[in-house]
Amino acid sequence: MGFQSPALEYGALAPMLIIFGVAIIGVIVEAFLSAKVRAPIQLAISLGAVVLSLSQVWRLRGSATTTAAVNSVVIDGPVLFMQGTILILSLFAFLLIADIDAFAAQASAVPGSNEEARALESGKIQTEVYPLTLFAIGGMMLFPAANDLITLFVALEVLSLPLYLMAGLSRRRRLLSQEAALKYFLLGAYSSAFFLFGAAFLYGFAGDVSLAGIRSAVSGGPGNDVFLIIGMVSLSVGLLFKVGAAPFHSWTPDVYQGAPTPITAFMAAATKVAAFGAMLRIFYVSLGGAVYSWKPIFTAIAILTMVVGSVIAIAQRDIKRMLAYSSIAHAGFLLTGVIALNQEGLKASLFYLASYGIATIGAFALVTLVRDSSGEVGDLNRWVGLAKRSPAIALIFSLFLLSFAGIPLTAGFIGKFTIFTAAYESGNIAVVVAGVLSSAIAAFFYIRVIVMIFFSDPAEDTVTVTIPSLYTNLTIWIAAIATLALGIFPAPFLDLIATFATFTR
Amino acid sequence: MNLLTSMGLLPLIGVGLIALLPATNAKLVKQSALLVSVLVAFLGITMTIGFDRGVTGFQYVERYSWIPSLGISYQLGVDGISLILILLSVLLVPIVILAGWNESEGGRFSVKTFYILILVLETMMIGVFAATDLFLFYVFFEAMLVPVYFLIGGYGSGARQAAAVKFLLYSLFGGLLMLASIIGIFVISGNQIGRTFDITALSTLEIDATTQNFLFLGFFIAFAIKAPLWPLHTWLPDAAKSATPGTSVLLLGVLDKVGTFGMIRYCVELFPEASRTFTPLIITQAVISIIYGAFLAIGQKDIKSLIAFTSISHFGFITLGIFAMTSQSNSGATLYMFNHGISTAALFLIAGWMISRRGSSTIADFGGLQRVTPILAWSFFIAGLSSLALPGLSSFVSEFLVLVGTYTRYPLAAVIATFGIILAALYILIPVQKALHGPTTAGNENLPDLNRREIAAIAPVIALIVALGFYPKPALEIINPAAQVTITKVGYSDPQPLVGGDK
Repeated sequence: MGFQSPALEYGALAPMLIIFGVAIIGVIVEAFLSAKVRAPIQLAISLGAVVLSLSQVWRLRGSATTTAAVNSVVIDGPVLFMQGTILILSLFAFLLIADIDAFAAQASAVPGSNEEARALESGKIQTEVYPLTLFAIGGMMLFPAANDLITLFVALEVLSLPLYLMAGLSRRRRLLSQEAALKYFLLGAYSSAFFLFGAAFLYGFAGDVSLAGIRSAVSGGPGNDVFLIIGMVSLSVGLLFKVGAAPFHSWTPDVYQGAPTPITAFMAAATKVAAFGAMLRIFYVSLGGAVYSWKPIFTAIAILTMVVGSVIAIAQRDIKRMLAYSSIAHAGFLLTGVIALNQEGLKASLFYLASYGIATIGAFALVTLVRDSSGEVGDLNRWVGLAKRSPAIALIFSLFLLSFAGIPLTAGFIGKFTIFTAAYESGNIAVVVAGVLSSAIAAFFYIRVIVMIFFSDPAEDTVTVTIPSLYTNLTIWIAAIATLALGIFPAPFLDLIATFATFTR
Repeated sequence: MNLLTSMGLLPLIGVGLIALLPATNAKLVKQSALLVSVLVAFLGITMTIGFDRGVTGFQYVERYSWIPSLGISYQLGVDGISLILILLSVLLVPIVILAGWNESEGGRFSVKTFYILILVLETMMIGVFAATDLFLFYVFFEAMLVPVYFLIGGYGSGARQAAAVKFLLYSLFGGLLMLASIIGIFVISGNQIGRTFDITALSTLEIDATTQNFLFLGFFIAFAIKAPLWPLHTWLPDAAKSATPGTSVLLLGVLDKVGTFGMIRYCVELFPEASRTFTPLIITQAVISIIYGAFLAIGQKDIKSLIAFTSISHFGFITLGIFAMTSQSNSGATLYMFNHGISTAALFLIAGWMISRRGSSTIADFGGLQRVTPILAWSFFIAGLSSLALPGLSSFVSEFLVLVGTYTRYPLAAVIATFGIILAALYILIPVQKALHGPTTAGNENLPDLNRREIAAIAPVIALIVALGFYPKPALEIINPAAQVTITKVGYSDPQPLVGGDK
């Protein structure tokens, strides 16, 4: 029997193939074109790839579930929805990245060296961030679509490796940025190891790496339950690390703070969608039968994550760190959707991910605008009195904060409401009460920021709010309108999600 | 278009209009805001006249699907209780705008913003009372915090930011607890009758006792913070003291009524069994509020804090009336909400004028105002007498109904609460004596009396106080059927008077 080439379903894989293909073209562009024309070309082909891929996702939306690439990838409703969400968030991330002055001219140059200064002066700015982002997007799209543990791991690495690099690309405060990148990389490597370890044990348990195989082994196979538990726990550690759940969250604030803000926005919004997507698939599809083994632990982790995120956020003095802890708290809320393990939970999670992602991109886009002569200003004490100078920026930023806090008429409220409803329906009332109480704690620090912006007088060393570029402006306004629209008229979007929200088992 | 939606929409149209006006022309902004609010008040009066008094259940009903997949609809309607509170809201807004003509100046934000906030708040106030969909109610309940927060923090005096934040955090905390309960009842409705937030449908649910108790507590704590009831009241004196007089009127007069309104509409009607379970506890709390609020009011040196504490005492009476569960006490409680609204409005507005004239809010700084500013002094005196429930003035009727209604079921509570009336005489008459009578304090000789605008603002309030004191029938006719329905829903019938003393 000779070698048989695997059949590839190009149609079903098109969204991912486009992104990966253009990423490779981006590398070639980076290598062969002159520095002057690189940036616009990179931006154009990246945006083009995302839009094209999005159109392919849209084309696939009604089609029946298919598996592709010899059963290693599954394309079903939730996957398409998450791919679409990731692509839309990436579109905005690219618009933010296009304000290229956030990035180091040459990532390889030693911080503070002459080489770096020369590169900046001569305008020889490298734009490798575009292909890197595309690779990360490709990995993120593959992550929730993976149908076996091997593909899952490959996707995890494809999405993570570019992110480690991108975190270190900041033009200003490069040492902090590089420290963040290294930290992210080391801890990420550990978590990958845990993930692999878990995958190996699950293979040992089920004798199969495919999610369907594990599912049938869980629901009454001859497997060894100890292997199952060890496998589940280790695999979960890897996934919980990626979503930034406590107690695996400690990288989040450092990386969010150190990374260039457009990358932070991209990471906070899109990575969360991908990681929760994969988590939802694994737990809904494969490990649902073992729910009584993992539910208590996951409930504890969800509650811990909410509380840790909300409480520690209060003590933060840096806007990006505060948003990082807020994202940890949101990871806790999202975990309640995983634990709910019902159709409502899936729908609510999809809505929550989309609405949280868009508000996060918007909020970080605004963070890029508040600057002084040395770059962005993260220190909250210097955000004081922002409303006096730029009322529009202050209002929109408050809108995003109110959405994070879950105040009615914003998307965040509908997300919180639906996800807690799902949790309550699954009988997990403890997590609802904990969620509501930590929302109250979280409200405190969101409101404190609003108070600082609106009700305090500007300090002496005032920061300036730069006039946003067209790209950033577009991002901010679309995010703001989406946050309001999803809060006031969520019905069409909820109905859309309902058509997507069934995992194929 | 339906009347309720028009009433809610009109202030928002006014907001759009004001936003287009030039910011420099403060007078035009004020006039437009006043005009809009007067129009809304007329709509409110039209609605009251058109309200069919003999009928129970909701009137002016309208319903549009909003988020069908979650069973949420935009659903409005009024019964006697909500009608009277909407009427109170729409009457107070123009009075507040007229009375506090200059309050909007010197704030942190522009004059325009002040009136935009006030009008947005008016829409929210109408919505929160008119909503017959629990989700819609919650949306208004939470969203109305935002304009109030900016009104206190942006235009108040003293430690206004701290007060605004305290107000917001207390309210949000309560609101989130309520959210958990709302989710609970929503899930139960999904299991029993299909997902809905319609409160009439929700009140037919069969909920087991334990769950009912927890859900009830979520609602009750939120409303007890709002109302506010001892020991959850500590935000109120700060907020009332820091806010502008006009904001305080809306805060104490209307917003806090959302709490007592919610106790009737949501706590009692959705969870009748749990209401009965918790009644002894709540009655105790209410009696403590009455006495505690009154004692602290007596001790206050600041006139705004004094009015705030008297309100805590009055909210105790209202809560007592609600949970005594007789139709008399319940009607009395609802009428009390209205009367407390107007007499507190009068007190706060006049206190505001006194403070702006004298530049101080300490009671001791006034003295002998009767001689210098007779109209101001008389108005304050009448408002004060109404607040202490003097027969012939409006509050007397409601307080009497509450006490009589309570006595038939909880005689001990009623007897203790009656001491509240005696204390009320102290906390009103002592400041009246200090501020209005006696020799004129140095520095006060040349204070101007009320001008025409101020008289125009206060006259209708005083007229209402006197009119409802002598002839409360129209108001009671509106309230009584609704109160009767509430009592029936809880499964109580009024005790016979003859066995009233028999506990």
